[in-house]
Amino acid sequence: MARRVTVDPITRIEGHLRIDVEVDGGRVTNAWSSAQMWRGIEVILKGKDPRDAWAFTQRICGVCTTVHALASVRAVENALNLEIPINAQYVRNIILAAHALQDHIVHFYHLSALDWVDVVSALKADPKKTAALAQALSPWPGNSVTRFEEVKERLKAFVESGQLGPFENGYWGHPAMKLPPEANLMAVSHYLEALEYQYKVNQIVAIFGGKSPHIQTFVVGGVALAINPDNEATLNMERLLWAKKLFEEVKKFVHEVYLPDVIAIGALYADWLKYGAGVTNYLAVPDMPLDTKGESFDLPGGTIFNGDLESVKPITSFNDPYFRDNVAECIAHSWYQGDWTKHPWEEETVPHYTDFQPRGKYSWAKAPRFKGEPMQVGPLAQVLVGYALGHELTKKWVDYSLKRLSQIAGAKVPLKALQSTPGRHLARAIRSAMLAELGPKHLDLLIKNIGQGDLEIFNPPDFPKGVLKGFGFHEAPRGTLSHWVVIEDGRIANYQCVVPSTWNVSPRDDKGQMGPYEASLIDNPIADPERPLEVLRTIHSFDPCIACAVHVLNPEKKEIVKVKAL
Amino acid sequence: MSRLFANGLMKLRRRDFLKAATIATAAMGLPASMVDKVAAALKSPARPPVIWLHFMECTGCTESLLRTSHPDVATLILDLISLEYHETLMAAAGKQAEENLRRAVEKYRGKFICVVEGGISTKDGGVYCKIGGRTALEILKHVSADASAVIAVGTCAAFGGIQAAAPNPTGAVGVRDIVKDKPIINIPGCPPNGYNILATIVYILTFNKFPELDELNRPKFAYGRRIHDHCERRPHFDEGRFVEQFGDEGHKKGYCLYKVGCKGPVTYANCPTQRFCDVGVWPVAAGHGCIGCTEPNFWDNMIPFYEHVPGVEVPAGQGIVGKAERIGKFAIGAAAAGIAIHAAAGVIKKATTKEKEE
Repeated sequence: MARRVTVDPITRIEGHLRIDVEVDGGRVTNAWSSAQMWRGIEVILKGKDPRDAWAFTQRICGVCTTVHALASVRAVENALNLEIPINAQYVRNIILAAHALQDHIVHFYHLSALDWVDVVSALKADPKKTAALAQALSPWPGNSVTRFEEVKERLKAFVESGQLGPFENGYWGHPAMKLPPEANLMAVSHYLEALEYQYKVNQIVAIFGGKSPHIQTFVVGGVALAINPDNEATLNMERLLWAKKLFEEVKKFVHEVYLPDVIAIGALYADWLKYGAGVTNYLAVPDMPLDTKGESFDLPGGTIFNGDLESVKPITSFNDPYFRDNVAECIAHSWYQGDWTKHPWEEETVPHYTDFQPRGKYSWAKAPRFKGEPMQVGPLAQVLVGYALGHELTKKWVDYSLKRLSQIAGAKVPLKALQSTPGRHLARAIRSAMLAELGPKHLDLLIKNIGQGDLEIFNPPDFPKGVLKGFGFHEAPRGTLSHWVVIEDGRIANYQCVVPSTWNVSPRDDKGQMGPYEASLIDNPIADPERPLEVLRTIHSFDPCIACAVHVLNPEKKEIVKVKAL
Repeated sequence: MSRLFANGLMKLRRRDFLKAATIATAAMGLPASMVDKVAAALKSPARPPVIWLHFMECTGCTESLLRTSHPDVATLILDLISLEYHETLMAAAGKQAEENLRRAVEKYRGKFICVVEGGISTKDGGVYCKIGGRTALEILKHVSADASAVIAVGTCAAFGGIQAAAPNPTGAVGVRDIVKDKPIINIPGCPPNGYNILATIVYILTFNKFPELDELNRPKFAYGRRIHDHCERRPHFDEGRFVEQFGDEGHKKGYCLYKVGCKGPVTYANCPTQRFCDVGVWPVAAGHGCIGCTEPNFWDNMIPFYEHVPGVEVPAGQGIVGKAERIGKFAIGAAAAGIAIHAAAGVIKKATTKEKEE
């Protein structure tokens, strides 16, 4: 007899998410993913100045801060057919890389590691053995006996205070927790160190973004970050050198701590490599443009269907019709009136709340589809697409990681194993290893260009009379993000965000096809339905961001109708 | 915390109390020998309990705490406060998370600080934001009733924020519109500087009192002066040296950003003195105008962001100090109190037609 388990709220994510699963014989047999908040940002954008849209949309999410700002300025520039100076492109890319690194580090250590790491068990660890284990994995200087003793003492004092605060009522001692105490202590120590490194890499975002979260240097047409190596009030050599040093430190942390930790946890939980694949259609867009138009990129994009790498088809420019023409959203199971599937430029959405109806409408999120298919987005999609396209940097880090993983697990781990719950974490760490190289690369490109005397940062936008349509995409930390704008006489007539977490949190569509979260939960083991840790593992592996996922299109000249409150 | 928490000492009887301590100990996964220590912590918590609620928000305010170093977030949650509930950081989820909330409210009745991040939907019974099956509206009323004080972190919690921008589709409001019987501190900003949040919390813990507040319940140490008053570009304003377009010669020389939309003359915040992320930066220093994010309804009142603030007399090269002071007063406008300008809707829009100063 199947038993329904509801997890609400899913914590350690951004936003408000409810997951329902049916458990039968210790396995998940059915699943529903339900976004629990709607803020109506796109309704608010109607009639506003398109130059301001980036500031509004950035507030969709403060965890993936920067990403909506970037997609927004790109969408408006696309509508205007406006190129931006190469310096502006580099500045945006540096922010992109630094922010993504911060986001990935925080996601792994602070938002999801506690699904795999038993904090209370770390108290039983021997610091000497912990150091031996950690040193076998990596030459990181922080892996010392002294450091682990110090962390153990701090943890002990904290637990003995009797106030566990955020660690209270975690799944400590859960049967699915398998790490030895030493691995747990190592992870707790790195949890604390990761706080320092996410702080450092974020400082790069602030140097180029004016502040963080919610940077304030992006403008339609470029950046409002004045560059002048011969002035004291602008981005000059001192600022550039500061960012360079921070990138170096963070690169070392990613290569010597984050990636090795994810590989080790993947190896110690190798039995999980068979769970959580779910939807195996993948979508990623190219990013980190190397030119002013967006036709040449450092990160590859494209699609893969049915997990078959041979099926890869690249997306090659900011104007690629393959992307532009194949995105649509379905609301058959979402809290909006109707059951249509429409292209983002054409949507008209009116909220219609019905409460949770597993066979009817059950989520504020819509169901995005590509060529009618659900797609999984995120670092895994980008890594698989890059690998399939023969992208060198991707291949280097994937091959390295699988080799290390196989060594530690004591059995060959194939590429296919990436299509799993731990595989999504590993892909994120692999993407971080790549970004830790690409961030400093783009900083060097910027410095070189400034050295050639080019200080241009801005091409002023001009809004003609009439209707313009634009779209802008960005491969955000959580995957493919796209903004779609219709501008009429210089004002926003229509604005739509198709967001990574919407692709992943997607409810069923009109054909009954599950979204990636839902599909990935099927067949997951559940040791104790009262404490469904395994559900959290799989959901967290996507890095959910629900404030992003939920949004609505502004209906043409229609007010939002009153929804039925239950 | 004596003054704030005095009126709400544990009302449980001893037997219930020990039972609560035993359950709490078990819930933490600790051995039974820890019951005494947990009981002691319940009676007189070494670290003051904080319940942090997330409503209609983007988590940017929490993220701003990850960008501080003195103290850093680890020190905050391990050594300074006891963070009893915080959706983004807590290990527990679902039923266990909701148990933590219920238990913390019971255990620390009248003794905890309630921090709110995010606006509260009031339209249609608040269905636009639900957590654990309850609306944000219900949760706020329930939790704040037992709190010693409420800190509204960020412009959303303070004033409704972005979702309250016209046409406010979800009927979003700030804490002050719902909670009427508790002391409230507002720490607006989108998001606020992490140090403004930390300094407020530590101020209360250290001095056992609220910091001095302005008319909008904002701590004066952070919101006492206009951006314009301490801006490093102010001398350029006074001398009439302006950026006319991003990337122009004036921009490359660090001139004043007033003409490209800076809202510094009408915004109260310590950004120019506090700065962000320990790298000595803030938006105006980088080269973009202030967007007025610490002010109520700034999403309605401060747009378009790239049009200049109306009613500010521009010195055009004759300025210097005496003139600048006069401009300061003028910027606050015909309304004598600074607060009035916050309420005036569409100031910028009205201005664009009225003023031409080039």
